[in-house]
Amino acid sequence: MEFAELIKTPRVDGVVLHRPFMPTVEGTLCLTGHHLILSSRQDNTEELWLLHSNIDYIEKRFVGSLGTIIVKCKDLRIIQLDIPGMEECLNIASSIEALSTLDSVSLMYPFFYRPMFEVVEDGWNMFLPEEAFKEIETLTDEWRLSSVNKDFGVCPTYPQLVAVPKAVDDDTLRKVATFRHGGRFPVLSYYHKKNGMVMMRAGQPLTGTNGRRCKEDEKLINATLRPGKRGYIIDTRAINVAQQAKARGGGFEQEASYPQWRRIHKAIERYNILQESLIKLVEACNDQSQSMDRWLSKLEASNWQTHVKEIVTTACLAAQCIDREGASVLVHGTEGTDSTLQVTSLAQIILDPCCRTMRGFQSLVEREWLQAGHPFQQRCAQSAYSNSKARLEAPVFLLFLDCVWQVLRQFPCSFQFNEHFLVLLFEHAYASQFGTFLGNNAAERLKLKLPQKTVSLWSWVNRPQEMERFLNPLYEPNNLVIWPSVAPQSLLLWEGVFLRWNRSSKCLDEAYDEMVHIIEYNKELQSKVNALRRQLAQLETGDGLLETP
Amino acid sequence: SFHLRSLVEQVKLLDRFSNRSTTGTLHLTATHLIFVESGTSSSSAQEVWILHHHISSVEKLSLTTSGCPLLIQCRNFRVVHFVVPRERDCHDLYSSLLRLLRPVSFDELYAFSYNPKQNDQQREEGWQLIDLSAEFERMGVPCDQWHWTDVNREYKVCDSYPRDLYVPVAASKPIIVGSSKFRSKGRFPALTYFYQEKKAAVCRCSQPLSGFSARCLEDEHMLQAISKANPNSRYIYVMDTRPKLNALANRAAGKGYENEDNYSNIRFQFVGIENIHVMRASLQKLLEVVGARALSVTDYLLGLESSGWLRHIKAIVDAAIFLSKAVTAEGASVLVHCSDGWDRTAQVCSLGALLMDPYYRTLKGFMVLIEKDWISFGHKFADRCDQLDGDPKEVSPIFTQFLDCVWQLSEQFPQAFQFSEWFLIQIHEHVHSCQFGNFLCNSQRQREELQLREKTYSLWSFLLSEQHNYENPLYSAALAERNPVLEPSTQPCHFKFWTNMYHQYDRTMHPRQSLLKHLLAVRESSCALEKTAHELEAVGARDLSVLLHVVVSLSSCCPQMDPPEPLPSLPCPLLGEGLPARSDGERTVEGSSATENSYAELQGPFGAKAEPHLVSLEFGVARMTC
Repeated sequence: MEFAELIKTPRVDGVVLHRPFMPTVEGTLCLTGHHLILSSRQDNTEELWLLHSNIDYIEKRFVGSLGTIIVKCKDLRIIQLDIPGMEECLNIASSIEALSTLDSVSLMYPFFYRPMFEVVEDGWNMFLPEEAFKEIETLTDEWRLSSVNKDFGVCPTYPQLVAVPKAVDDDTLRKVATFRHGGRFPVLSYYHKKNGMVMMRAGQPLTGTNGRRCKEDEKLINATLRPGKRGYIIDTRAINVAQQAKARGGGFEQEASYPQWRRIHKAIERYNILQESLIKLVEACNDQSQSMDRWLSKLEASNWQTHVKEIVTTACLAAQCIDREGASVLVHGTEGTDSTLQVTSLAQIILDPCCRTMRGFQSLVEREWLQAGHPFQQRCAQSAYSNSKARLEAPVFLLFLDCVWQVLRQFPCSFQFNEHFLVLLFEHAYASQFGTFLGNNAAERLKLKLPQKTVSLWSWVNRPQEMERFLNPLYEPNNLVIWPSVAPQSLLLWEGVFLRWNRSSKCLDEAYDEMVHIIEYNKELQSKVNALRRQLAQLETGDGLLETP
Repeated sequence: SFHLRSLVEQVKLLDRFSNRSTTGTLHLTATHLIFVESGTSSSSAQEVWILHHHISSVEKLSLTTSGCPLLIQCRNFRVVHFVVPRERDCHDLYSSLLRLLRPVSFDELYAFSYNPKQNDQQREEGWQLIDLSAEFERMGVPCDQWHWTDVNREYKVCDSYPRDLYVPVAASKPIIVGSSKFRSKGRFPALTYFYQEKKAAVCRCSQPLSGFSARCLEDEHMLQAISKANPNSRYIYVMDTRPKLNALANRAAGKGYENEDNYSNIRFQFVGIENIHVMRASLQKLLEVVGARALSVTDYLLGLESSGWLRHIKAIVDAAIFLSKAVTAEGASVLVHCSDGWDRTAQVCSLGALLMDPYYRTLKGFMVLIEKDWISFGHKFADRCDQLDGDPKEVSPIFTQFLDCVWQLSEQFPQAFQFSEWFLIQIHEHVHSCQFGNFLCNSQRQREELQLREKTYSLWSFLLSEQHNYENPLYSAALAERNPVLEPSTQPCHFKFWTNMYHQYDRTMHPRQSLLKHLLAVRESSCALEKTAHELEAVGARDLSVLLHVVVSLSSCCPQMDPPEPLPSLPCPLLGEGLPARSDGERTVEGSSATENSYAELQGPFGAKAEPHLVSLEFGVARMTC
């Protein structure tokens, strides 16, 4: 298919662009296969480059022959284009609609994007499962990497290599897979160095209404317990939701079959409810009403902050079981691809200082989200402005980032990356020139040949000149477990995402720059003083008298 | 003399939001109630010091198996829950406290016994720090249109006003006196801020005694004189900060608001800030909501909404923005009043000036602003803050709201204020502590009668002496020069609950690492490093003995930012001598532990392990002991 077929009018002059808190720009609007471009052509600074895939929804309005297109983006920004000429406006609108909803993944921009930079370290090879497992191997010999899923036959949403207890062979794994939703048998998610406890994740057990059992499943998860020790199963669904799942063939671990495990139910909402919540929240944030009561009741009705609290609390609970109780944990919900991953990944942020570094966090996203089979393409197909009746879309990953932001805000010196990095991941999960978030699982990515045909986000982000923007100037490595407060008073609305476009960021940006300056200046002074000290020490010993520093 | 139970042992202090408790000894002194944790080394024992003046209520709850619970709520939003083993002891404590926390005369207040070991000259200098006539000079008053008047030198025209007042040159004494007779409590229109650039004035007064039809020519002349004093505008705004309904109701009592037909060229405007009773109930509701255990997000947000607190805060900010725009953008003079002109009027005038004039956003300027619009113009601190055993209906968090509004602005403009929220919190602490003379009594006249300048100390010199604790490291004076007038967003989503104020003692609610504290430490380190570098450079090629000396001494004085040391969690500049050091026991990041956050009670076969010993860093305590 040619993009040209979809572009009815490639160019319109005299288009006026309105953006929040920026001066209006008049210029020429151009449509390309992947971008909407507006250029004032007077000077190159006034340009808008918008990926079609970032467009969530458009609205058209007409006053006489002047058409207006309101473009609502997946990053929550709203821009307005005034287009002279009704026909041009209609053409542009229908072209944008077609181009922003392409069916085929292989037509997406990442397959056409050619980097303007040299790829020094290929992001596609940075976080391979075998590399991640090497570190665990140095700590314990109780786990092994299994290639039972080499051809994605046992579990279509797992990667080819997964870490499982050494005592369990591949045949057992195959049997367990038939007992777990989507074939997602329990695999290692995290190994806690401090006490050797582990966190595993899986899909729900398929007990059904007759309470079906699977000896192999029991064997597998018991194999992760130390002699005489017991563990916790954290079911991310409320007990009644888990009960209802039985009728559809799902279920949960019965005490009788798993006597060494204590099951705890937490209520993290499922994806379609989260999508509604996002839509309501963004609607509340964009409401221009001056009424405080209206704002607070809309914020409450969106339930967003409740979801944040629920996820952080559950992750803290998992971390508490591992670190404070010295017990291993198995986490699952229904499919094991959404709330499960929110919990396992956030728990690692709390427990493991490595996950709070730039590279460690990327590795976490890679392991616990991309390779773990979170269906990014389905979940991030639409954002808060879509009015297609939510099907598979859901801000599961955005909620995770929000939770990380909450912890980051409470521990501003314990993270190597800053808020901008979290916002960047949000943007790229929804629309990107990079292939990282395309596809729904490892199998799809392999089929799409993403590593060969697209550039990884990590290749770009880890270039020193880019990374600088995302580093937290306050960072001081902190090897401790960080326990956040989950009181509603301590969990704030993530303004950096949700209020980003309805305030001027100037004051906050300048304040951030000043903070960076204060810290940089201190570092400069420190190295200056150290240099002077060395110089003096050399003078003191006498042998430095002739040297110059 | 009453029975004073001074020491009770084996008292349990329960944590407000978790199931934790500490056991220790309660001491009752003439000024404080002190809890000292027992069983731990004296250096790490938790101590809680509560000034009697800070206590707003003491409640004896019904007897439990472990003893008799005593619930103490403080005006600085501390809530402590003790369990006293013997009922008899509890009763004694209770009755002693009741007597202590309700002083009947001013000379019983802490300020009269507090002695910071300063001599008379230092004390006098402290009081001279803020000079309001210098402040009017800074604004450009007196000038050709505005002058000082001695009409109130005996407090005869208005006993709740200051002696020194500024009025239009055209307003003669008979006009002032006539106008004052037509205004509630004699509070005639007087200048409070002068915007030199446009010659626009902000004046304040109380409501006119207009009833349904009364008028007063002197008062009309007064407003005319204010209008005429501004050559840049044909009209003045009259802002009635009350809801219209309240103002209408006042007419029946012979009070009311200005009839636009009787005054030439006024633009009359209601702005709808609620009265002291609504505000008191609102804060009470808010504190109930956020004091709940295991609070859900839904209950929190709905409670925040139904308390109306943020709605009131926004109404005050909105009014201040209206005032600031009228003055700076239109160049019009504005007359602000409410009923008596000492609550809402003080809020709006001071906040408006804060938006218009960067000087008030400095540490010193903020003190001047409070001294001018709140203290000198007779905000009734004694009544509003319940300093003496008075009418509970007079108590209201009007000044707290003002501080809250300032904090909201500082959140929107992180570089506009020279001070941080710690400064606001510390001022709030001392408005209620009655430790310094500044906020005692209801008016300047009362303060003079009590000879506060001779008998007590000024808070301002004390705050300035530890100024570095209160500075905002991000403050930019250059920015203030470029954009002197603040134009905040009034969208509701930009108003937030001020956790660090209302939960200042609830450590578990705070960010576990304080950005502010960190930046202050970095800045302090930079200062020391600058000095060190300078010294090292100066030494340069001098003789070796000098060098050696410097190297040795520097290694001990140069601060190092050791990365593994976690920062103290509380935004607490007030930690001083005598407070426990941090323990060396196993710990997570300061003040952060799994169980106190109650993610879940993990009972059953796995008994929860003992948590690492927690260290309490109490806010505001050190200063009470000096």
